[in-house]
Amino acid sequence: MILIESLTKQYGATTVVDQVSLEVERNSIAVIVGTSGSGKSTLLRMINRLVEPTSGRVLLDGADTRTEPAHLLRRRIGYAIQGHGLFPHRTVAENIATVPRLLGWPEARIHERVKELLEIFQLDPAVYAGALPHQLSGGQQQRVGVARALAAEPAVLLMDEPFGALDPIIRAKAQADLLDIQRRFGTTMVLVTHDMDEAFHLGHRVAVMSEGRLLQYDRPAALLTHPADPFVARMTGLNDRAMKLLALTTAGEAALPGSSEGPQVGASASLREVLSELVWRGAASAVVLGEDGTPCGYLTVAAILARGRP
Amino acid sequence: MSFANLLRGAALVLLIAFLLSPQSFAPLFAPLTQYGAPPIYDQGNLLLLALAQLATVCCAAVASTLVAVGLGILVTRPAGAQFLPLSRTLVNIGQTFPPVAVLAVAVPLVGFGEKPTLIALFAYGLLPIFENTIAGLRSCPPAVLEAASGMGMSPRERLRWVELPIAMPLILEGIRLSLVISVGTATIGSTVAAKGLGEVIIAGLLSSNTAFILQGGLVTGLMAVLLYDGLAALERRFSPSIPLD
Repeated sequence: MILIESLTKQYGATTVVDQVSLEVERNSIAVIVGTSGSGKSTLLRMINRLVEPTSGRVLLDGADTRTEPAHLLRRRIGYAIQGHGLFPHRTVAENIATVPRLLGWPEARIHERVKELLEIFQLDPAVYAGALPHQLSGGQQQRVGVARALAAEPAVLLMDEPFGALDPIIRAKAQADLLDIQRRFGTTMVLVTHDMDEAFHLGHRVAVMSEGRLLQYDRPAALLTHPADPFVARMTGLNDRAMKLLALTTAGEAALPGSSEGPQVGASASLREVLSELVWRGAASAVVLGEDGTPCGYLTVAAILARGRP
Repeated sequence: MSFANLLRGAALVLLIAFLLSPQSFAPLFAPLTQYGAPPIYDQGNLLLLALAQLATVCCAAVASTLVAVGLGILVTRPAGAQFLPLSRTLVNIGQTFPPVAVLAVAVPLVGFGEKPTLIALFAYGLLPIFENTIAGLRSCPPAVLEAASGMGMSPRERLRWVELPIAMPLILEGIRLSLVISVGTATIGSTVAAKGLGEVIIAGLLSSNTAFILQGGLVTGLMAVLLYDGLAALERRFSPSIPLD
């Protein structure tokens, strides 16, 4: 669990981060979103003390982060950034092994861990372990960057626009991979982005920042239905907020008991996708299939539309 | 083997053959002498003179490298940034102050022999290494430095494992440049009684023996060219080119 208490950063007379307090629950993803210059990256970098706060404090599992030297603290916290920052003179395997080496893991364990991570990120160790970063594609470099951040099994992972440099298709895949990893390892993640769709897609909770202040920190749906500030409403997008809200609920969650006629949709599909499917097919209802492929309920257009408003 | 490598090989063979057995080349140099003067330098062993000159150059280069790389590292740290203008000025003076003048100043202080030459070469060789060290360290992409710190490297670890390896090709290039300049410049050391090929050139000048002048000059020139090429080949072997994007 990460507890941020009235954290402030000033450079001279400029306040970059102003009295921000928030709590990131264990095993959850918090996304900090804001325009450029909103102080979101500075806030993130104060968690691992790449930036030292002017005042306020950060507690990691109850312990103040200032009680140990900054570089030792950072070895316990994964860190991935935009443009990956891979070491150009080191192979993929050496890059991933960076933090375990700093921590003095035995070579055999490092080797095992590197191999495991390469496999998790769908990079064949036989092909990629010995490759240099510039021999990889952008998407592969980004995956190695995240693998490197996760190498020493950190309980917390910080990411600063990790997918900013990727094209939309690779980006969607990287986001899906990240959610997968989060479920698999239960890592607590804090991610910074300027992309509201990414924030809604990944975040269990989303923090909206502007000019150094935290405007709202809430579940994605609550940001849409109860924006605390006109800026939050503008950031979340007023013109398609109903569709955004629908995108946050899955068919399984909204399914009505019983059965009906119509096209079949998976329980994990979002209501937005189901609605789109119904519009496309000209149908009025859909059958929701559970994980095992058997019908577990149905949805009607009216039931979906009712979910698209507060 | 490429044409360039063939040429290098030929130059190396020629140099070694000449140094081992200079008298075999006497007929070649004879037309350059007058009144029956000796065509080949006969007041000392050419091989030993060449080796002595190389040794002086290498000693000076080691000292220049240690000081210039150390200074380059210092002024690229946040704590040392304020020393950059001062260091740059000092190193520039070392380069602009003519080595002959350095010799003239140094002799009264440290006496004749190798020492004044070492001082002159040391001061003269600082600039390329210093500037290349700074350029190399500054060529590290900011994202790479940020990642290194973010993963928990201390400033010292970051320098050792990330910055210096990335800067290494440029630092090596600076050392190579400095060495090559020094090989040529070292000949002036003979004016203050340092062992070297300058002795041959000076003897030629004093006795109007063009053959001597040519020998000293050619051997020095060949050594510089071969050293430059050899070090370049070593660099390519030890530091595969890294595209920094």
